[in-house]
Amino acid sequence: MKLGLVIDLDTCVGCHACATACKQWNTSGTIGPLSDQNPYGKNPIGSWLNRIRTYEVKEPSADPKLSKADQRLPSDNQESSCGSQQFDLYALATKGESTLSFAGINSATGAPASKTVHMPMSCMQCEDADCVTVCPTGASYKRAEDGIVLIDQDKCMGCNLCSWACPYGARELDEEQGVMKKCTLCVDRIYDEKLPESERQPACVLSCPTSSRVFGDFDDPSSDVSRLTIERGGKGLMPELGYKPTNRYLPPRETAQVPAMAKTKQPALSKLKKWANRVIAR
Amino acid sequence: MKPAFSVLFFTVTSGIGYGLLMWLVAMQLISGQVGELQNFLMVGFIGLTLATLGLLSSTLHLANPKNAWRAFSRFRTSWLSREGVFSLLYYPVILIYAYVLYANGGELTLVLKVIGAVSLLIALATVICTGMIYASLKPIRQWHNPLVTPLYLLFSVTSGALAYTMLSLALEASLSPLATSAFVILLFISLLMKIIYFKSIGKPEGSTIGSATGFTQAQVRLLDAGHNADTFLTKEFVFDAGAMKLLRLRWLMIILLFIVPLLLVVATYMFDVAPAVYFAMVSLYFGLFIERWLFFAEARHVVRLYHGDQRA
Repeated sequence: MKLGLVIDLDTCVGCHACATACKQWNTSGTIGPLSDQNPYGKNPIGSWLNRIRTYEVKEPSADPKLSKADQRLPSDNQESSCGSQQFDLYALATKGESTLSFAGINSATGAPASKTVHMPMSCMQCEDADCVTVCPTGASYKRAEDGIVLIDQDKCMGCNLCSWACPYGARELDEEQGVMKKCTLCVDRIYDEKLPESERQPACVLSCPTSSRVFGDFDDPSSDVSRLTIERGGKGLMPELGYKPTNRYLPPRETAQVPAMAKTKQPALSKLKKWANRVIAR
Repeated sequence: MKPAFSVLFFTVTSGIGYGLLMWLVAMQLISGQVGELQNFLMVGFIGLTLATLGLLSSTLHLANPKNAWRAFSRFRTSWLSREGVFSLLYYPVILIYAYVLYANGGELTLVLKVIGAVSLLIALATVICTGMIYASLKPIRQWHNPLVTPLYLLFSVTSGALAYTMLSLALEASLSPLATSAFVILLFISLLMKIIYFKSIGKPEGSTIGSATGFTQAQVRLLDAGHNADTFLTKEFVFDAGAMKLLRLRWLMIILLFIVPLLLVVATYMFDVAPAVYFAMVSLYFGLFIERWLFFAEARHVVRLYHGDQRA
């Protein structure tokens, strides 16, 4: 088994319900508590296993100054900037497999295609998890049976090296207990046979109001997560580092362009009605 | 990365300690002579104290030190664990070497030479492990660099050579020409390597905000980090010293770590100004501290991409 999450960037609305549900469940779960320092003070800080960040994603040619800064952006994309208003978000990764792209927001004024993307991030349950190999105490481990990366809270010495080895910022030190905390994929929920089967899912998945998070087994080709990954061109983050993250992110869908509303001519009768209403109201 | 004083002190001080002990044993193995036993014990004690102080300071940054003893258990995968094992293994070997040497009145037997050579290898391995802890971290490209481990080793051996020179001048009132000339040569090599290192980390490469978010063909900009106070991640990984300050510190490092010690050691050697070598050691020590501070301050973890950096 290769358990993990699929996160749909098209439907995530950035409500932080997954993060709060995660905190609520896990603070009293097997790795709890997840302590907070100065929670009602000026500079509150605490351990969270799930963080949501919001990005603006837009066509590279829209701002020549910004495009110049990033040399890796292909220049041939610039030609299509005004015409088709399309750009392949995940084209590099899905080349040959999928041609998923989304049409940028069309605008009569020729404004750049851009989109606000909310990106929830938790542990990617990497196949080559360096956080496990760098751990000197053996507190960090990856389960052979389902691929979940866990921390034995009784063995951790709080050296922070695993958090340095993680490119995704998935590990946070609990300052009160002095041990590292990370997403457990709600290992204390998903196998709990006392729960109804529909609830044997991570807290973040259950709480998501737009069903942007899907939990399942990537080794099973018929599972929802495998199907969605193939259908929508799901992608792992920072593949160049070679961690082989399990979690997949689905790019925003190609959406129908919304035509600009033209001013319609009002028939004489409705004009009369409006006038009558105004007069009567007086 | 945020430079933590305990880690800076640890890597610099134990580096000097192991370097000094390596020179002490190596000089005896090379020359086949032990010299004054009293002096050998004195220098050995200083070296071992420095190494131990460094190692103890490294446990200060642990959030849960009561589990530190478990750190020896993952020798097969973790460089931190390997460093712990080698540093602990060093004590019995060097103590047996010192004891046997003392017991047969300073005669270097074959067995003793083997023990000495083993102690040398373990000291080398310990310093290499320290470097590899950093060099093995892929999310930090300024550390995941082939020059990082050689530099750690070079700085340890170089500072050890100066410490050996200084102590032999203090205890025996004579400079060892071998250690002194080795120091000068090693200093030049480390300067050259450090400059190549600065060049190689200056090139923009590696992960970008595009590869971090998956939007490789679009322009990505952070709108909201999702929190309005610090988090563990921003506190641990987001550290900005300012380009101007970094540049000034690079120059200060080159002056204190390379130029001043070189001039002072040459002055000691050529014009017989003995106190100069002490000042050379002080200057080198501060220079190494700045070097280590910069090593952290200039390292940019890829998690920063999720917090708005455009590239690593």
